[in-house]
Amino acid sequence: MSTDRYNMDRNKPILLQGNEAVALGALDAGLGFFGGYPITPSSEIAEILSNEMPKRGRKFIQMEDELASMASIIGASLVGKKAMTATSGPGFSLMQENIGFGMMTEVPCVVVNVQRGGPSTGLPTSPAQGDMMQARWGTHGDHPSITLYPDSVLECYELAIRAFNLAEKYRTPVFLLLDELIGHMREAVKLPPKDELKIINRVNPNVPPEWYKHFKNNPKYISPLASYGQGYRFHVTGLTHDEKGFPTNKQTEIQAKMDKLLKKITDNLDDLIQVEAFHMDDAEVAIFAAGVVARSAKEAVLRSRKKGKKVGLIRPLTIWPFPDKEVERMLESTKATIIAEMNQGQLINEVLRVTKYQKHAKYIELQRYDGSLITPEDILEKINEVL
Amino acid sequence: MKYQIRLSGSGGQGLILGSILLSEAASKEGKNVLQSQAYGPASRGGSSRADVIIADEEIYYPSAESLELLLCLTQEAADKYITLLKSDGILIFDSSNVKINPIKAETIAIPFTQIAIDKLKTSLVTNIIAIAFIATLTELISLKELKKAIKNNIKEKFIDLDIKAAELGVKLAKDYKNGKVIKT
Amino acid sequence: MKKIPQKVIHRYLRHDKKFPHVWCPGCGIGTILGDFLRAVYNIGIPKDEIVMVSGIGCSGRMPVYVDFNTLHTTHGRAIAFATGIKFSEPRLKVVVISGDGDAAAIGGNHLIHAARRNIDLTIIIINNSIYGMTGGQASPTTPLGDYATTAPFGSIEPEFDLCKLAESAGASFVARTTAYHTMEARQIFEAALNKKGCAVVETIAQCPVSYGKMNQQSSAIEMLKWQKENTVSIKSFDKLSPEKRQDKIVRGIIVDKDREEFTARYENLIKRLQKNESSKEKSKQQAGENQKKSKSKSKKEEKK
Repeated sequence: MSTDRYNMDRNKPILLQGNEAVALGALDAGLGFFGGYPITPSSEIAEILSNEMPKRGRKFIQMEDELASMASIIGASLVGKKAMTATSGPGFSLMQENIGFGMMTEVPCVVVNVQRGGPSTGLPTSPAQGDMMQARWGTHGDHPSITLYPDSVLECYELAIRAFNLAEKYRTPVFLLLDELIGHMREAVKLPPKDELKIINRVNPNVPPEWYKHFKNNPKYISPLASYGQGYRFHVTGLTHDEKGFPTNKQTEIQAKMDKLLKKITDNLDDLIQVEAFHMDDAEVAIFAAGVVARSAKEAVLRSRKKGKKVGLIRPLTIWPFPDKEVERMLESTKATIIAEMNQGQLINEVLRVTKYQKHAKYIELQRYDGSLITPEDILEKINEVL
Repeated sequence: MKYQIRLSGSGGQGLILGSILLSEAASKEGKNVLQSQAYGPASRGGSSRADVIIADEEIYYPSAESLELLLCLTQEAADKYITLLKSDGILIFDSSNVKINPIKAETIAIPFTQIAIDKLKTSLVTNIIAIAFIATLTELISLKELKKAIKNNIKEKFIDLDIKAAELGVKLAKDYKNGKVIKT
Repeated sequence: MKKIPQKVIHRYLRHDKKFPHVWCPGCGIGTILGDFLRAVYNIGIPKDEIVMVSGIGCSGRMPVYVDFNTLHTTHGRAIAFATGIKFSEPRLKVVVISGDGDAAAIGGNHLIHAARRNIDLTIIIINNSIYGMTGGQASPTTPLGDYATTAPFGSIEPEFDLCKLAESAGASFVARTTAYHTMEARQIFEAALNKKGCAVVETIAQCPVSYGKMNQQSSAIEMLKWQKENTVSIKSFDKLSPEKRQDKIVRGIIVDKDREEFTARYENLIKRLQKNESSKEKSKQQAGENQKKSKSKSKKEEKK
């Protein structure tokens, strides 16, 4: 393997794997620490970073399990490093308690989940989209979730950078969800030049240590973040805490903390949500699909259009928070919506929730959970039912 | 233009690597390229397939649906995928291991494994011979770019052997085009 | 030796955290915290450079009271969080405070891997043989036959020897002390803090409320006496006859060896790789100046 692979000329296309693009995006976003545990189909991310991180003077460690991986990246982030781990369903399950810790303590970090078939060991090398709800509600208790979902190799790179930007900006763990197929496939891509990348770093406090409150509430609900070793000597606990980070049982403080966690997300939906509308302007039938299924859907849209059928696609790049407003608006004037997912029906419930007053329209479910990708033919069949 | 290739066989035959080499070489020529694969959970055995799609237009669906070209290194793969081949497509199979009943599409029988063993003393380069054959036959990928891709992706100590294998594949394709009968 | 002023521990406590603390009357954790803070004072480590990480349980509450960089994590994972901190910022002194439930049960895996890596952490395990905070459930260090709310007929599981575990996993410093032996505890904490490598200190502590009550030792004094009478220093232990040794628990520094530390090893790896990269750059530039033929030759040599 050429060691100069990632110092490529960005004006020329390069063949990159989805997982590789995630690793590259993370490196370009300023990844300072990777702690992970190998698991198919995500292992390429750890393998590439084990090679690239030490060469750049950055930290890579293979931890003893996924619980430790998640813990280690939170620790690293608390000393100021941009930190990431990468896993798949079984590992994502093991990480959940510490993910909750990261949410509660508002520690920026990125968790990549390259999904495989489940439950349990399931189908290690087959695509499935069964972790939609795990990315939303995987850890216990009320908590926010920012989850990004690319559908191409280039987008793996772009959304990896965006995941770090959102984590740093909103002081929270951010999930990057991939499909096995997206993680493992390769495409010829041209990456944007490094000096054109928008990189966001966490806001450090500008007050003296004695005034610093690690969780200081403000109208934006986002508090500046100091690092251990900078003289601030703050306390961090998974117990519900006050603005200084000390455990509390006071109702007003508990409520304030919980509102802070929620509102820093719900007050910023426009910044967080990205949705692609593909031929939706005059669409009579909409397909709703994310990740790799959206690629089949695009193929189906184009084939339908060739036959004069007005079909479009709504593809959320941000699946959490769910793009309520956007989906509702786009489906206002469609006759029917086909919700295509490689699971037994997870995001469909969100679509039905946000469109519950649009009684005129039909909602058609297309689900596949046999380890195979939904094909354009599968979608065309459903389109033929309504057009 | 959209050209869909499927390389099929079993785990360990290097088909995924072969598809990466073809894709990387094709990507240098400014085409849209997508490579994907399906394989079992283990590194050896089980069925394995890898797809290379080369197109002028955007490639959305990430698997080959109807094939311009199908390579089969095992009987199981041939039986499984032959129906996806377009009637004007090309079927290339390893006649050391596979038997095919006559079909409409152009059928090319090359004993790749046997040739690899006879000429280069190892079956490990069967994949390289086959992809060089495909590159030359279809004229989609230049030998120059394929050699570069080999140098970029393969361990130093195997490069010379793999370059020889690629050259052998090219020669076989040229011979085939010139109507020579390929013997083992 | 420096004379330790009275009330020196107050310099290390958080004054904006409302006391009293959560620990029960007679608990050993406070004494151990005092010993630890005196050790920090004696070595003179600046407060800004200490990160104290804990898990869940009575011991887990220690960080909230002390004026360091403090992190109270999930059950059993303190060492894994601490690994991320230490590896990211090796200049910091990272101390893990753990209970026997944290270190020997739910987080046992992290303990053995920290020892295997020999990462520079000071891991203080406060072993009170019970889950105290939650009312007295059995732990992996509850002695065989002793009672707990989840071992109402006496524990039928043999207990862990945490020092042997840490030693065999590769920790470069392993010691045992008790809440009773405060002078010795302080000295051992100092040695552990000064050690470059994974330092594991098992500190036997009394839990009169949860453990004592169920095992006919309901007073703290009685339990402290037990610590005095049933433990011997490693020097005296070596002099005992084999029969007598069986009844005694060894105290003192059991392992103190030099073994390359993890973060140092990684720094060396970085240096090695960056040296390789820069020499590659150089030889590339040189090669560029020469003819094409010699270029390809020197590249081949680089790769070798």
